[in-house]
Amino acid sequence: MNDIEGRLGSLEAPSPEGAVKRFLHESFREGKARVAYGSILSPIGRLTAVVTHRGLAALAFETDDLEGLLQRVAAKLSPTIVRLGSAVGETRSWLDAYFSGWLEPSPPLDRSLITPFQNRVLSAAASIPPGEVRTYGQVAAQAGNPKAARAAGRALATNPIPIILPCHRVVAADGALRGYAGGLDCKRLLIDHERAITIRR
Amino acid sequence: MKLPPFQILVDEYAHPLHRFLCGLVGVQAAEDCLQETLLAALDAYARLRHGRNLKGWLFTIAYRKGIDHLRRSSKEIPSASVDDHPALPEPVRDIELWEGVAALPPKQKTAVTLRYLGDLPYSEVASIMDISAAAARQNVRAGLVSLRKELA
Repeated sequence: MNDIEGRLGSLEAPSPEGAVKRFLHESFREGKARVAYGSILSPIGRLTAVVTHRGLAALAFETDDLEGLLQRVAAKLSPTIVRLGSAVGETRSWLDAYFSGWLEPSPPLDRSLITPFQNRVLSAAASIPPGEVRTYGQVAAQAGNPKAARAAGRALATNPIPIILPCHRVVAADGALRGYAGGLDCKRLLIDHERAITIRR
Repeated sequence: MKLPPFQILVDEYAHPLHRFLCGLVGVQAAEDCLQETLLAALDAYARLRHGRNLKGWLFTIAYRKGIDHLRRSSKEIPSASVDDHPALPEPVRDIELWEGVAALPPKQKTAVTLRYLGDLPYSEVASIMDISAAAARQNVRAGLVSLRKELA
């Protein structure tokens, strides 16, 4: 009796991979998917870029909770999110150049995941010349509130676009690295790398 | 309830949807129908009010796309029986059974493919086909009887 049911249950269809790929391309190209993400290999591990049609909205380290990030993007921006490596090409080129020693102008950014205060703090961080560092207090002062060093620290710690918005250039008053989403080794590597680039220039 | 990123649905359901469509419209038309299904689903996704039963929602869209396709192709070529038995690309095992499913009357074929290739419960098969659960069971039973006869 169950013969046919068993055979039906285990019937194998060819893989729909081609159709799925065509769908993913078309969906983002035509704007039906408002968000795409893709991974980028780098000297500090696999990064994941999340982009909209306006630009790069988030960059996640390999150790970050990618699922949680995508859930937040779904709630805040749009749940129409697809995985599409070719959509993160601009970020990939920028990072490739960066790790080869070239600091190019930032790719277009989508700041939707950044709060207004955080935006002031990150803009202050972005004005620190590469190869140099500033303290949390200095960055807070530049963002308009010298007493908000701790709040500035939180704003930097939750920076959705690390590396490109260089929160790694901000350290404690005693010179300690303090903290970094990608790990302290990564923060040191980025600071040293930028020093090396600027000295060479 | 919040909606998950659409990619999660693609990862989870693209294969089962495609398998169901292979049974409903044949392997050659299934890819196009799957692409249409995913695009239509994505189009409607941002306007969904809740994330309940997303699997049933996707299969309903796939079912409509499949039925649309069958209607179109039966109008285009009245003698399209060749299309009902497309050459199955390798590697597909149990071709005999695929062909048996393709030859079933439309309602039986739909009910059998939703139940076994889509792995959906009868309640879901019924709601997608917009018939009673008893009628869904009846269609599946009749389909199984013809398949047993055909493949005996």
